[in-house]
Amino acid sequence: MIYIFDGSLEGLFSAVFEWFERKPGEVSLVTVKRYQPDVFTPALQIITQREKADRVWKGLAKKLDSTWMRRLYTAYLSEIDEVYHDIFRFAIYIFSHPAGAEKNYGNAQVLHIAQTSRKVEREKHRMEAFIRFQKTADEIFYCGIDPDYNVLPLLINHFKNRYADQMWLIYDLKRNYGIFYNLESVEEVEMGIDVSMLKKQEKQLLDERESLYAELWRNYFKSTNIVARKNTKLHTQHVPKRYWKYLTEKL
Amino acid sequence: MSDRLRDKLNILADAAKYDVSCSSSGSDRKNTNKGVGNGHQSGICHTYTEDGRCVSLLKILLTNHCIFDCAYCVSRRSNDIERAAFTVDEVVELTMNFYRRNYIEGLFLSSGIFKNADFTMERLVRVVKKLRLEENYNGYIHLKTIPGASDELMTEAGLYVDRMSINLEMPTEVGLKLLAPEKSHKDVVKPLNFVRNQIIQFNEEKKLIKSVPKFVPAGQSTQMVIGATAETDKEIMHTAAAFYQNFSLKRVYYSGYIPISNDSRMPILGTQPPLLRENRLYQTDWLMRFYGFKVNELLNDANPHLDTDIDPKLSWALRNLHHFPIDTNTADYQMILRIPGIGIGSAQKIVQARKFGKLYIHQLKKIGIAYNRAKHFITCADTPYQLNDFQAHQIKGFILAESQSKYLKTANNQLLLF
Repeated sequence: MIYIFDGSLEGLFSAVFEWFERKPGEVSLVTVKRYQPDVFTPALQIITQREKADRVWKGLAKKLDSTWMRRLYTAYLSEIDEVYHDIFRFAIYIFSHPAGAEKNYGNAQVLHIAQTSRKVEREKHRMEAFIRFQKTADEIFYCGIDPDYNVLPLLINHFKNRYADQMWLIYDLKRNYGIFYNLESVEEVEMGIDVSMLKKQEKQLLDERESLYAELWRNYFKSTNIVARKNTKLHTQHVPKRYWKYLTEKL
Repeated sequence: MSDRLRDKLNILADAAKYDVSCSSSGSDRKNTNKGVGNGHQSGICHTYTEDGRCVSLLKILLTNHCIFDCAYCVSRRSNDIERAAFTVDEVVELTMNFYRRNYIEGLFLSSGIFKNADFTMERLVRVVKKLRLEENYNGYIHLKTIPGASDELMTEAGLYVDRMSINLEMPTEVGLKLLAPEKSHKDVVKPLNFVRNQIIQFNEEKKLIKSVPKFVPAGQSTQMVIGATAETDKEIMHTAAAFYQNFSLKRVYYSGYIPISNDSRMPILGTQPPLLRENRLYQTDWLMRFYGFKVNELLNDANPHLDTDIDPKLSWALRNLHHFPIDTNTADYQMILRIPGIGIGSAQKIVQARKFGKLYIHQLKKIGIAYNRAKHFITCADTPYQLNDFQAHQIKGFILAESQSKYLKTANNQLLLF
């Protein structure tokens, strides 16, 4: 049996609900985009229903602690197709076993979700580190990013708590949406304009002292290096090359 | 004006870079009153230098003028280098603007000693107070304690900073006297002890009265220079262990000496810094702090030096083969931690997972242990039966044969047949 869902978290949990209603045995879960019709396997289109998803979520929250609930959410944000299937199997596994089953790292789904969640958290942590704001002429601190996983929702709290007295905008250029803080609250924004323009901010859009501080930062980065200890391998291990395009000191 | 600021930043960042501490962890200071900045419990490394060290703080000296003449230090009195000094406002401006752009996690402020200790310390405290009180800045601040500063100034500083540190410089008193006759370990011990007692006292009061302010919430650290004088690894680590214990330090840093002068008492210019040795010392430090090893088990009179070709945990295991093999399905967590190739994360997973059934090799591999190393020291559900007992040197040979040290400069040129 194949379950087809729309790719949303609600859709995924609706699928879990459907499974318990029908008990069809082995099921593989795929997104609409990835679905390939198969002559021998029947398929079921899952209708996303908020109430059903909420019931599943609450049911899971009863059996799992907050760490595991976050792991499920972060694993979902990885946007990896196999992980959707793992979350689906994991939810069924948790519901059909006594409490504490999530500690069974010998189980393939448990381990895979824990590991994927770690990857997403690492990407989130890297974004907290590698985001470099540029101050624009209208006093907004802007940064465009294209993270491997969809981590913007996880960044909101960190940046809201830290930069409470400045407006900032973090824009995911790959997924084409951003989060904007307007000194009061954080809201999701979408820009209708061509994003490639944002990649190269025009000089006149920036605050006049922006280039000075960027220059000072580059200088600091250079002078704090100890040439005798040069270790390029370690350097690229910590700062993989795909992130260099964000980094003021690497430009 | 900006040119001058740039020059100063270059000089004073360059002079501060030999302080290796750059951690920004351990403080959970909140952002109050819609100010800027907060502490991050595990710290954030915002970038890494080309030598692979983390850059999380803006690490600068207030000035590199110094009245001392310590042979291992670039800023020593007798060294002919360009001198500079920041004003209080300049440091504050740099910190705030770097912080707002998310370049840094906070400020690491140190200073050469000009005039006297109190005068210098007072300047440092002024920077810190201006950041906290006028700029409403709640990010991380790491302040160097100036040896000999008065208790009042240290208490005042402690109320505003997150971490304080003071460098031991040389692992032994003899070494310190050789290179810096004006200094002594006693000057370091006194402020460390004072700040530790203050921290304890503030924490006690906080239990009773909630409004007691934070005092150095991220604790204290220190640093030792390695390889400038002829200490053994045993002396270094025993000093470190004693300091961890006596002053509840958060970290001891080991900084491989980088030759900076042609002083006959120290390694000559152009000598490679002892990077491998530094790495092994840090590994030992981790084993002491997180793996429950006693310093005596790793370094004692019989083994005053750490092995260079294998890590300290493996070398302990090879010396103590009578503890092995350990059954991962029954052994204590503490014993599993001692198996080479198994780290804290894997050990915890193993202990949790085995409640659900015996663990097999393929599960252990998936959990993430370094199986090729660990296999010589463990048994699990489907370990193949082994007829002969291998000697320590044989096991070491097997492990070395299939691993390659990252410190090996030239690759092994022998071609493989298969």
